[in-house]
Amino acid sequence: MKRSSPFLLAGLVALGVGSGLVAVNAKPVTYTLPDESAAFKPGPNLEVVQNNCSSCHSSDYIKTQPEGPKFKKDFWQAEVTKMINVYGAPIEAKDVDKIVEYLAATY
Amino acid sequence: MLNRRTALRGGAALLAGGGMIGGSSLASLAAELVTLPFDNGERPIVKYPQKRPMIGLTSRPPQLETPFSVYNENIITPNDAFFVRYHLADIPLEIDPDKFFVEIKGKVDKPLKLSLADIKKMPSIELVAVNQCSGNSRGFFNPRIAGGQLGNGAMGNARWKGVPLKAVLEKAGVQAGARQVTFAGMDGPVIDKTPDFAKALDIDHARDGEVMLAYAMNGQDLPMLNGYPLRLVVPGYYGTYWVKHLNEITVLDSVFDGFWMKSAYRIPDNECNCVEPGTAPKTTIPINRLTVRSFITSLVDGAKVKAGAETRLRGIAFDGGKGIKMVEVSTDGGKTWRPAALGRNLGKYSFREWHLAVKLPAGEHQLKVRATSNDGKAQPLEALWNPAGYLRNVVETTRVTAA
Repeated sequence: MKRSSPFLLAGLVALGVGSGLVAVNAKPVTYTLPDESAAFKPGPNLEVVQNNCSSCHSSDYIKTQPEGPKFKKDFWQAEVTKMINVYGAPIEAKDVDKIVEYLAATY
Repeated sequence: MLNRRTALRGGAALLAGGGMIGGSSLASLAAELVTLPFDNGERPIVKYPQKRPMIGLTSRPPQLETPFSVYNENIITPNDAFFVRYHLADIPLEIDPDKFFVEIKGKVDKPLKLSLADIKKMPSIELVAVNQCSGNSRGFFNPRIAGGQLGNGAMGNARWKGVPLKAVLEKAGVQAGARQVTFAGMDGPVIDKTPDFAKALDIDHARDGEVMLAYAMNGQDLPMLNGYPLRLVVPGYYGTYWVKHLNEITVLDSVFDGFWMKSAYRIPDNECNCVEPGTAPKTTIPINRLTVRSFITSLVDGAKVKAGAETRLRGIAFDGGKGIKMVEVSTDGGKTWRPAALGRNLGKYSFREWHLAVKLPAGEHQLKVRATSNDGKAQPLEALWNPAGYLRNVVETTRVTAA
């Protein structure tokens, strides 16, 4: 279940003194993720890949997958198909081959 | 399509001080790398709020592995070293514990909304249990498999405190005909078409008195990335069931058919839960109990020890809740085995420490460790394989040189 109210700012600003990493008694608790440092490697159709893949996950998901001759076009075709059919990624048909080409050529 | 996280981070950045965890977002930029011992195993060491430097698998959603040396430091895994695994990237970054509640609904007489304070007022239980990711060690599978390419660091052992799910269900009054209970948390997908994460347990399992709504871990609030302020603890079961930021419990009179039970996290339905490498099983079942495992923690692969002198080997063993009966060590690559002494028993769901003093003559040695659980299940000498890369529990080998 997703939370109904993403912003819980009320009252927080009033507490905004001190700079401890974890303020034990202060509520609500907020958490700041580090900046995302992973980036897609340069390659063909990079922009298409960034536009289609980045909204749901960072590029390190791709970078850490197994490499080698068995993990080229067929492997990446299956992954992109899974993203569309299983996870509902709104990838247009015309972009699928471009994304697979990039992944097979770059990783 | 909605990228709520960006908006949330923008909002969080406006805040200063009180209640904020993580001041500088630049803390992760350290360029230190570690290489896990399989192909393409290079990973950054990353620093997240509430966590010590961890092995970074992915940054969105955050997935962090525990550096293996942590398991040699303490039989209890510290909160700041405990691994992190999320599926979907819309994770909660602001939680007001005074406004948090968990809903109990479905086939119950009295649907409930319990606040954190309500839950903390109920009689609590505590137990030590291992939480291990289903795909822990996936990077070692041969042939390799798509998915999170984890080393051995997606496991941890903590003392959990909370209320039994049984008591919560009794408060709500489970109706006749109930078959399963589903669990969902505050984390969710970035796009609406992605199946939201939800898991299910059979009603009898849910009412076993040990499955727990936990609000404390090793005596402290749960770290944010480990499910603050409330998570499900399912002792003996893989981490996929340990739903974080738990806020929705639903009793069903049917078997839950959600994606994360029906399609994902499935294992072959046979005695070994395995198939010939590279093949598909005929039928599958939901993943369930942890397989028996053990590790040497006192020596890393490639370590050097003093020839002829006493080397004190130490490590951990665990299983899915029968408890550890025996740990054996081989210093000759598996030809002969000697029993190790077991350390203090923290309960049948906990890591069990073991130790054994050996003297190794000059030369190279393959040290192996094999655990057997109280139901007689022993680790296999050859790795078993399944298409999703779950249940890894082959006898581990640590190569050392004595000189």
